[in-house]
Amino acid sequence: MDLILEGVIKAFQLLISLDSEVLGIALLSLKVSGLATLFSLVIGISVGTLIALTSFPGKRILVSLVNTGMGLPPVVVGLFVSILLWRNGPMGFLELLYTPTAIVIAQTVIATPIVMGITVGAMQNLPANLRLQILALGATRTQLIWMLIKEARLPLMAGVMAGFGGVISEVGASIMVGGNVRGYTRVLTTATVMETGRGNFDIAIALSLILLLFCFVINYFLTYIQQRERPR
Amino acid sequence: MNRFSRMLSLFVALLVLTATALIPAGWAAEQKTLILATTTSTQDSGLLDVLLPMFEKQAGYFVKTISVGSGQAMKMGERGEADVLLVHSPESEKAFVAQGFGINRKLVMHNDFLILGPAQDPAKIRGAKSAAEALKAIAKSGALFMSRGDNSGTHAKEKGLWKAAGINPEGQKWFQQTGLGMGETLSVAAEKQGYLLADRGTYLALNKKKRLGLEILVAGEPKLLNIYHVIEVNPAKWPKVNSAGAKAFSDFMVSKKAQDVIGGFGTKQFGSPLFFPDAGKKPESLGL
Repeated sequence: MDLILEGVIKAFQLLISLDSEVLGIALLSLKVSGLATLFSLVIGISVGTLIALTSFPGKRILVSLVNTGMGLPPVVVGLFVSILLWRNGPMGFLELLYTPTAIVIAQTVIATPIVMGITVGAMQNLPANLRLQILALGATRTQLIWMLIKEARLPLMAGVMAGFGGVISEVGASIMVGGNVRGYTRVLTTATVMETGRGNFDIAIALSLILLLFCFVINYFLTYIQQRERPR
Repeated sequence: MNRFSRMLSLFVALLVLTATALIPAGWAAEQKTLILATTTSTQDSGLLDVLLPMFEKQAGYFVKTISVGSGQAMKMGERGEADVLLVHSPESEKAFVAQGFGINRKLVMHNDFLILGPAQDPAKIRGAKSAAEALKAIAKSGALFMSRGDNSGTHAKEKGLWKAAGINPEGQKWFQQTGLGMGETLSVAAEKQGYLLADRGTYLALNKKKRLGLEILVAGEPKLLNIYHVIEVNPAKWPKVNSAGAKAFSDFMVSKKAQDVIGGFGTKQFGSPLFFPDAGKKPESLGL
């Protein structure tokens, strides 16, 4: 118990003193996972909406694949992304391995199926007649899609939270493709693993608390947007 | 109605802002980088945190330290995914160099391995004459032994010691493998009150911060020396290797400046040095 208390005290010390290393690690986590979430939203919502609104042979298999992808283990993604990015590998010329960009790529791969799966579900849950009604009112195709996305905003926001929560908390991919390089690719989760290995439990607890704090603040903000208009 | 879209665009704008405004200098185009593949012990003991900033400042390289086991570090070298290695697995290092994957293998420093165990010492190995004798006693008593099991330098050493003792511990009930780094394996052994082989540096560093409840039971044999070499990855095999940087790092590690730091590292914090500088010495002088 003492250890946890010490960790909490240490966390506040690190936060209040604005320890530049911890601050850098925290900002990098936020930045990398924020970007990855952003990319996954663009890909996930657009492709997800497309899948939901069209019908084609093999749709069920595709949706099953997307849903399976929602549980994609970060280490598996990390392994494949690092093999692709090895400098003597297929995409080595990009020289991306052990850079923050590599972590963004891996995390985008992790978050996209989550956002996409939730989008498909949300869109398919809308009343079938809604589309006809909107079209009957003279909406263009773009307007239709925008209306539908707006109608499905509550579950879509849940998708954003799930996607962001999934990537900010993963460690497997970040450590493999980022390498936990000090001051460069060290994020909150990989730093926590390393400090635990070093026996610096107070710092590890402090980093975990900062991570939790981030998750809370961001989810609070998203929930605020989501709940602003109560569902009818 | 439009409040949602406004809030949403605000959120997206915020995301983009944090993403772009905070990009540090050198995110994409950084200076010459050097990939150092090394063992967990050099990182977990904190030695590299002292040495690397010195090297970076002096040589102008940005070092990406990938801390893995010695086995994996050499695999990275074999594939040309690292530029320079700092490892401690002499037998496999010799093979690595002989196969042409590495060049200019240089002795950097040493410390020693310890056989640690709980104070009650159920296998009665305290004061055993040799590591082989101690391992035999552990096997006979069936007391728990925690192995790294990760192809690291420590694991390679441990396998060599079991072989020398004439015991194959694989698959035995008392023999468990963590597959983790030194720090984690020490913590697991401490929780389970098992025996293990650990390097002195990581043990001292970790024991200082967390009372492990493990004692040094066998130490001091030449066989238990833990020797670190720096090896440059052969650029003839992999043209993308940063050979100039690798050479600079290798030279730095054996320079007087770095050797002084290595020799003094940890004395203030732990009362005794964690590593002994050995640049320029012959391996034989260490009693091998």
